[in-house]
Amino acid sequence: MISVEAVYWLVGLLFVAWASLIAADTNHPRRWGSSAFWGLLGLCFFYSTWVQAGTAPAWILGVAVLVLVVLASTGLLGHGKHRTSTGPEREAYAKRFGNKLFIPALTLPLVTVILVLAAPVLVIGGTPLLDPKNTTLVALAIGAVAAVVVALLILKPKNPATPIFESRRILESIGWAALLPQMLTTLGILFTKAGVGTAVGTLASGLLPKGSLIAGVLVYCIGMFLFTVLMGNGFAAFPIMTAAIGWPVLVQTFHGDPAIIFAIGMLAGFCGTLCTPMAANFNLVPSALLEMKNKYGVITAQVGTAIPLLAVNIALMYFLAFH
Amino acid sequence: MLVLIGVLLVIVGFAIRLNPLIVVTVAGIVTALLGGMNPAQILDSFGTGFASSRSVTIFVAVLPVVGIIEFFGLQEQAKTLIGRLAKLTAGRVLIGYLAVRQITAAVGLTSIGGHAQTVRPLVFPMAEGAALRRYGHVPEKISEKIKGHAAGADNVGVFFGEDVFVAVGSILLITTFVDTTYHLHLEPLQLALWAIPTAIAAFLIHGFRLLRLDKQLDKEYREFELTAQKETAGEAK
Repeated sequence: MISVEAVYWLVGLLFVAWASLIAADTNHPRRWGSSAFWGLLGLCFFYSTWVQAGTAPAWILGVAVLVLVVLASTGLLGHGKHRTSTGPEREAYAKRFGNKLFIPALTLPLVTVILVLAAPVLVIGGTPLLDPKNTTLVALAIGAVAAVVVALLILKPKNPATPIFESRRILESIGWAALLPQMLTTLGILFTKAGVGTAVGTLASGLLPKGSLIAGVLVYCIGMFLFTVLMGNGFAAFPIMTAAIGWPVLVQTFHGDPAIIFAIGMLAGFCGTLCTPMAANFNLVPSALLEMKNKYGVITAQVGTAIPLLAVNIALMYFLAFH
Repeated sequence: MLVLIGVLLVIVGFAIRLNPLIVVTVAGIVTALLGGMNPAQILDSFGTGFASSRSVTIFVAVLPVVGIIEFFGLQEQAKTLIGRLAKLTAGRVLIGYLAVRQITAAVGLTSIGGHAQTVRPLVFPMAEGAALRRYGHVPEKISEKIKGHAAGADNVGVFFGEDVFVAVGSILLITTFVDTTYHLHLEPLQLALWAIPTAIAAFLIHGFRLLRLDKQLDKEYREFELTAQKETAGEAK
């Protein structure tokens, strides 16, 4: 069986490979800080396997993560100048290869989808070939490898390591933002353990006037929205707002349909995800990936959809869930 | 109530634009201390938090293929291709992508798209290519706006598409939480069904905004040309 841990090792190997390239780059302005950051990040991916299995102490990984944060935020991480193809070279390549350039880009989703769909029948000797709990992740990784192979076959670069060289360029332009989504998840865990959720729940129920349905719907939806903005994801907001308002007020007092209330409540939270830098993997990583000047540019583009959609969710819940 | 100081730290930290990694780490440590955790437990939480959240960093596995096809001129080719399709504008390219992203997510295919997988290598170059064909030149301000909206179309599409599919994380989280806490028996399918009205509203609202995006870009380009003309006139004096 190809387990999801194998995928994480592949990611770890990539980080270590990029770190070695940086360490070998004598012109890199932050040569040692940068290679230490990416190399340590790669090692953390390996070590995590045993932390996840409960066979290695987690605090060592915790220390390593704090070291990563220090490296990234004290200016020891930087990006080097890369020799990549020039504009005219790319134009010439584009003329030569034409639409064949799209084949690797399309191989990735195609292989992923085929594997996900075929996963239930891909069974060898009673064990599934792909980790059944993480089928899409494993399929995506296989798709990514297949796409590189296809790209090498079609484009025949002089150096077969071109994908690694060129992806280092993209990685270094993303920089520390690559680590942020994982740090935010950790923050969510610490918040929950420390009881932030309960505190917010108490505050929210204090705000609510008794006996008003529209006030209940408003506080539940807007609370989902605001709390998602603070926490960076609707999953963290849902249990708190549901325990505070959704269940006791909307379902028990006003006898609303729980399926409608909870489905729409979660979607009200998703409107918050569109508006918050805390949802780094959706809002900050892409602006780094697209090399935008304004790192909040993605959020700016989304707010105009999020606010009217929140209003639509409030209206839908009010008119559909209570008969 | 003291633990809410952690939330406040996050807001203030982001507002004064400190490095988000530092903000998040400090807020986490402060909140955990206020919540009565000891340093050993806090380090453990950073370790287990990292180990259990590795799936969000899997996007880097896609970078090698994106790197090589960009090296060989993928973005240039995408621009040429769009240049041939006369009627496509940046906004219309993005509406098309929004629809594809939402529909594929609704049938459970969330991982075929994404910022690393499709937005950087395909969607943004196509949208920019459409703008290039229309204006002959894409100033940075317009390029930034297209980048923001390219990423935005992906997010809106996947958020308000995936909940229509039954076996998605958010739906399963709702049923697991509600069924164990309140002893209900909610069917994932019921929840998915009630996500459809919002999905349609999301497409209409965002699609309408993308149609208007073309007009905004036209306006910005005219302003850009005016300032450029003034500058050349100034130089002539």
